Amino acid sequence: MTVLSLVIFLPLAAALGLAAVPRAPRRAVLAAWIGTSAVDLALVAALWIRYGTGGGAGSDGIAYEENARWIPSVGAGYHVGVDGLSMPLLALTALLFLACAVYSVRQEHRLRAFAVLFLFLETVCLGLFAALDLLLFFVFFDLSIVGMYFVILLWGHGERARSALTFFLYTFLGSLVLLLGFIGLYLGADPHTFDMVELIRRPPLDGSPGLAALTLLAIGIGLGVKTPVVPFHTWLPPAHTDAPAAGSAVLAGIMLKMGTYGLVRIAMPMLPDAWRRYAWVPLVIGLLGVLYGALVALAQDDLKRLVAYTSVNHMGYVVLALGAAGFSGGTAARELAVSGAVTQMVSHGLVTGALFLLCGVLSDRAGSYAIGRYGGVARGAPVFAGLTAVAAFASLGLPGLSGFVAEFQIFTGAIGAGRAGVAAAAALSVLGVLVTAGLFLRVLHRVLLGGPGELTGRVTDVRRPELAAIAPLLVLSLAVGVAPRPLLDTIAPLSDAVVALVAR
Amino acid sequence: MIWALVATPLLAGGALLLCGRRADRYAPRAGVAVAAAVLALAVAAAAVRPRARFRFLPGWDSGLAVDGLSAAMAVTVAAITLAVLLYAAAGREHERAGVRVGVGDNGGGGEGEVREARFFGLMLVFAGAMLVAVTATDLVLLLMGWEVMGAMSYALIGYWWADGGRVRAAGVAFLTTRAGDLGLYAAAGLAVAGTAVAGTGAAGAGAAGAADGGAGPGAGALLLGGLAGTGEPWRDLVAAGIVVAALGKSAQLPFSFWLSRAMAGPSPVSALLHSATMVAAGAYLLLRLRPLLDATGWAGPLVAWAGALTALLLGAVALAQTDLKQLLAASTCAQIGFMVLGAGTGAVAGGTAHLVAHAAVKSLLFLCAGAWLAVLGTKDLDGLRGAARRHPVVGVAFAAGALALAGLPPLSLWITKDSVLAAARDVSPALYVLGLAASVLSSAYAAKALLAVWRPAPEPAPEPAHKPEPEPGASSGERVGALRVLPLPVLAVAACALGVLGLPGVAGPWRRALGVPGEHGPDASELAVSGVLAAATLAAVVAFAGRRTAPIASAWAFGWLGLERAVDVVVVRPVFGAARVLAAFDDRVVHGCVRGVARAGPWAAGLAARRVEVRVDGLVAAVGRGARRLAVLARRPQTGQVHTYYAQAAVLLAALVLIAVLIG
Repeated sequence: MTVLSLVIFLPLAAALGLAAVPRAPRRAVLAAWIGTSAVDLALVAALWIRYGTGGGAGSDGIAYEENARWIPSVGAGYHVGVDGLSMPLLALTALLFLACAVYSVRQEHRLRAFAVLFLFLETVCLGLFAALDLLLFFVFFDLSIVGMYFVILLWGHGERARSALTFFLYTFLGSLVLLLGFIGLYLGADPHTFDMVELIRRPPLDGSPGLAALTLLAIGIGLGVKTPVVPFHTWLPPAHTDAPAAGSAVLAGIMLKMGTYGLVRIAMPMLPDAWRRYAWVPLVIGLLGVLYGALVALAQDDLKRLVAYTSVNHMGYVVLALGAAGFSGGTAARELAVSGAVTQMVSHGLVTGALFLLCGVLSDRAGSYAIGRYGGVARGAPVFAGLTAVAAFASLGLPGLSGFVAEFQIFTGAIGAGRAGVAAAAALSVLGVLVTAGLFLRVLHRVLLGGPGELTGRVTDVRRPELAAIAPLLVLSLAVGVAPRPLLDTIAPLSDAVVALVAR
Repeated sequence: MIWALVATPLLAGGALLLCGRRADRYAPRAGVAVAAAVLALAVAAAAVRPRARFRFLPGWDSGLAVDGLSAAMAVTVAAITLAVLLYAAAGREHERAGVRVGVGDNGGGGEGEVREARFFGLMLVFAGAMLVAVTATDLVLLLMGWEVMGAMSYALIGYWWADGGRVRAAGVAFLTTRAGDLGLYAAAGLAVAGTAVAGTGAAGAGAAGAADGGAGPGAGALLLGGLAGTGEPWRDLVAAGIVVAALGKSAQLPFSFWLSRAMAGPSPVSALLHSATMVAAGAYLLLRLRPLLDATGWAGPLVAWAGALTALLLGAVALAQTDLKQLLAASTCAQIGFMVLGAGTGAVAGGTAHLVAHAAVKSLLFLCAGAWLAVLGTKDLDGLRGAARRHPVVGVAFAAGALALAGLPPLSLWITKDSVLAAARDVSPALYVLGLAASVLSSAYAAKALLAVWRPAPEPAPEPAHKPEPEPGASSGERVGALRVLPLPVLAVAACALGVLGLPGVAGPWRRALGVPGEHGPDASELAVSGVLAAATLAAVVAFAGRRTAPIASAWAFGWLGLERAVDVVVVRPVFGAARVLAAFDDRVVHGCVRGVARAGPWAAGLAARRVEVRVDGLVAAVGRGARRLAVLARRPQTGQVHTYYAQAAVLLAALVLIAVLIG
């Protein structure tokens, strides 16, 4: 068992341990939960440091690879590894789960079960980002849906049963379509295999463009539902609105990335012909998501729904960039676009995770997300106001914070590739930056600033655990925004490789 | 050293912001000390000309450098920041004891003191961002400084955030300038595309890239120096994006209105925002990218006309104002218009000199206005009658600034403006005439302001009836503190004397420093014409206004040309409308479809249960029923009685016989 498998399954082991001790005292549960997540984060950080110094990487840029027999009859194995795409996302996952654990220190309702479920989800998410086998990927993909269903159902509020069911059925249906696509890849490969590395080395369905297109369609829909792209996004707002804060943070911060991660990891390199031929589809859908998500968010009066729609906007940039990478044009520019897409995944995880935890603070104090019922919160809760302002500016792409680094690369890469149509689409998507600015300023104005509102008096400032959970996310966003090289240098080989693979 | 220059204000400002209220006590002193250090660094950098090259994004060259133009800008920024922070730090003692007037406690027209760490932190980050923008050698860092500056201006304009109106004003300012900034975002991508088109040997970019260790051919695509060498047709688009961004930041037409809203901030903010930072950035960028404007052919004239028209129309707007700060704000637009005109017509040295001199003039005027606002509680021109006489030091300083603004010889703006106009005359006589008309207007509004504060107050001087609700800490008759006055004479001297940048002995080295040794200044006749015009206008305004200060211009000019309302009607409302419609569409149609599909499931199940199942089941049941009926029928003959069996057998036999006979 390699250290990577240890990283993946350590939380699960802790979850099983916790589950086995029915009357564990509260403090012990918390200690076990936070401790496990912290150790896992430290391990991932160590992996990254070693990876960054060139340790452990194989010839194809994959490090810490492990390939064990699992279901040999269908060519599926327990194959995991780490490259420039997985590394940042693994780190993000470990960090965000730790933040959620710290944030949940004051959780009253069924803490032990909550911890068990989150530790289970941590393993699932880590496993997904490390999986190098389609079937393994799919198992983690589906388990994430199951886990999140219970998080919303058991710890949510509002119409949680309905939202949880919508979430489950919608994304589960999506995952079934995804499975069809995977089976298409499996059958198209010669010899039949689910192994990603093999499938990338020899793209399946090379000679049959029709089948490749259908397979891409299935994979695209399956991943698009998860991302989510317009018009498959409507499960997201209710799920977020009714999920607990930590659940929302994980759902938006990590699980949405599974969709775009799959596009970069599976769709683009395994079906390069089809991706190139239909690159306009993600381009247009991405543009649609950017503008549509931003405009719909602008009209929201529920803070959590608003943040949920900005996720549609932000993930739209990722999809747009990946579409732009499928066109011919300047290689350096397209590499920049892919690098921007991956950066956006990380940035969105940090910033939106923080925003949802901040929403949780608001709901914890006053029980409402209605923007109109607050106002002037900055007076009684200055630290909360400061954190929210930083998160909002990070989300609207202010330079010096991570969102800018991502979006600048996406715009510059997509416009810079030199194709008039792509440049026009990307130039239009720049307008999204203005709309997001408008909507976040509206939030700042209506919630934090101005005169006091109906619920303002109940909003007390952030408590220490909340601060300890949220501040590191924003500090990292600042770090990425000011000195992006450590992150970008990790991503760069991957983005170069993806662009080269798509161009095959 | 370049790192120290930009990092010092940014880090110090960030630290002050992080410490928050705990640092309030030390913030004024710390802020001034940091600003002084930054000024020292800027002066040293102007002498040493440091440069740093690095890659912010892997594969793309970035850098910070101090050349002639950025040296001038950096020193100006640092000096004005120091003056403004000194002014702010010299607030009255009782705030130091903890009476907080900043947060929302002050009324509509009032002006509280700004002594909190938040203020000094934001101001330092603001200045630091400007320093990044003026020393950046590539589009990434430029855009970073550029946008952070915008965000800081948001925070500073909305500094008294409990007042919803001020927050809205801050939002208008941020969104308007950001709308322009989108041009820079696009320009970066377009530059990359253009460099790829121009091929590996792309003029400036390729050379710069090669000099940096020769990575990929396009590594230098984002360098400002290479933009003029980008390939067609991308170069035109790059220029368009940059022009839009610069006009937006500089509050030129049609973006001017945001500067009016920016007045909602504290006076020291206005003093910094209107002089050396923010609005100056747009003019700076156009001056810096003069080669790009030249290369396109159309961008230069476009920019020149935009600047000249802004100078004229916003001059008229300034003249129509009845509020001192609004007057000064409109005059800022107009004066920046001259710089933009200079950038468009190739007067780089003249435009830069005008920028530097105007920075001193305008920060001085805003600080004077702020000083009066703080002690008199009004910025209304009528309300300020006699203010200069009651506070003579401030009054004299204000007079020096206003006369310079009027373009009166031999003060600074007279020469620098003429340097710009000289270049305009070379390009087009129409531009020159427009510029002259605009300078007449600037004399007129400067005279109006001057007159307003120096006219004797009506006897006796009671509390002005129109005075807005009195704000805490501002009482009539209170003296402007001595420390607070300190920066004013210095700025006044600078405002008067910076015209030397256009004088023959100094102009030569100045032009060489800016890399435009061939530029020529105004000749004597031009100087004479504009000087006489300025003096005559001043005299005329004083003479005519002796009786009555009638606003000459229409409500249109008073309302800043109705630009904000136009934007509201044409852009803002449609966008909000579209947002609401789309949100409803998303809810009802998109999610409605999903709900429909979800409902279709149970419905189909119900259908199957009720109809299909019933039919299938019914068929089965019917078969059963039929069989039962047959069985009942079949049981009937079986009576168990022999005579009936015989009878049945006889009937059957008879039937058989009958059939046999019939067939046979």
